[in-house]
Amino acid sequence: MKNRTTVERKSERELVVTRTFDAPARIVFEAWTKPDLFKRWWGSKSMGMSLQSCEMDVRTGGGYRLVFNNGMAFFGKYIEVTPPSRLVWTNDEGGDGGPVTTVTFEEKGGKTLLTMHELYPSKEALDAAGTGAADGMGELFGELDEFLVTLGASGGRA
Amino acid sequence: MVQYTNARLDASFAALADVTRRGVLEQLGRAEASITDLAEKFNMTLTGMKKHVGVLEKAGLVITEKVGRVRTCKVGPDRLEEATAWLEKYRQLWAERFDELDRVIEDLKQSEKLAGRKQRE
Repeated sequence: MKNRTTVERKSERELVVTRTFDAPARIVFEAWTKPDLFKRWWGSKSMGMSLQSCEMDVRTGGGYRLVFNNGMAFFGKYIEVTPPSRLVWTNDEGGDGGPVTTVTFEEKGGKTLLTMHELYPSKEALDAAGTGAADGMGELFGELDEFLVTLGASGGRA
Repeated sequence: MVQYTNARLDASFAALADVTRRGVLEQLGRAEASITDLAEKFNMTLTGMKKHVGVLEKAGLVITEKVGRVRTCKVGPDRLEEATAWLEKYRQLWAERFDELDRVIEDLKQSEKLAGRKQRE
């Protein structure tokens, strides 16, 4: 049985994703901080996306750079690295509009509750991310834009 | 289009950021109700409830109709799905990644077990 992933827009500027993993925190943390392991899961099969390269200097002040098979690059800096409980990094590919991502790993009874918190500089930046203008999920949210156009055309009430 | 979409999402999210309004929406999902009904149910003044319904209506989440002296409220079409659609897309992306991460973690657990066994041997 797969554990449930939840996403919540906590406020105008925050998104929170949670998921429990059936392993101790040090193992989950390892999968987030070793490039060869990270590469194996940070893609999206349904979107046909995989990581072509993955450089991570996982220490406070260290940088990272992820490049997908379609050429899209994501980069930023680790601003806090506390094994095995906390990771904080910036997302700089979108200029000033990128969020700060905080991932916490809380171990309880051999399982780990993972919480990924994204804090955007403004409400507008988060809205823009949602429609694909500011972050790299253009493809994903491009589909959504189409969907909304369809809705707008059929609804017409607004 | 992007601007237009954002403005609509803004209004929907703002409307949904309040616990009473979410409750009202849930309630209206079950059955239509008048503002008086809703004010009673949520233990609120008529004026207070009017305000909440006004916000929901502006966001297109609720539509109201005046029949005689009673204003009836019901859930608006499509808009709730619209507000949550991109969050759901986002959730799906992460669910997919995390299911993959489960596999990586399983492998790590296995190799740890193996290493432990070797050490004992």
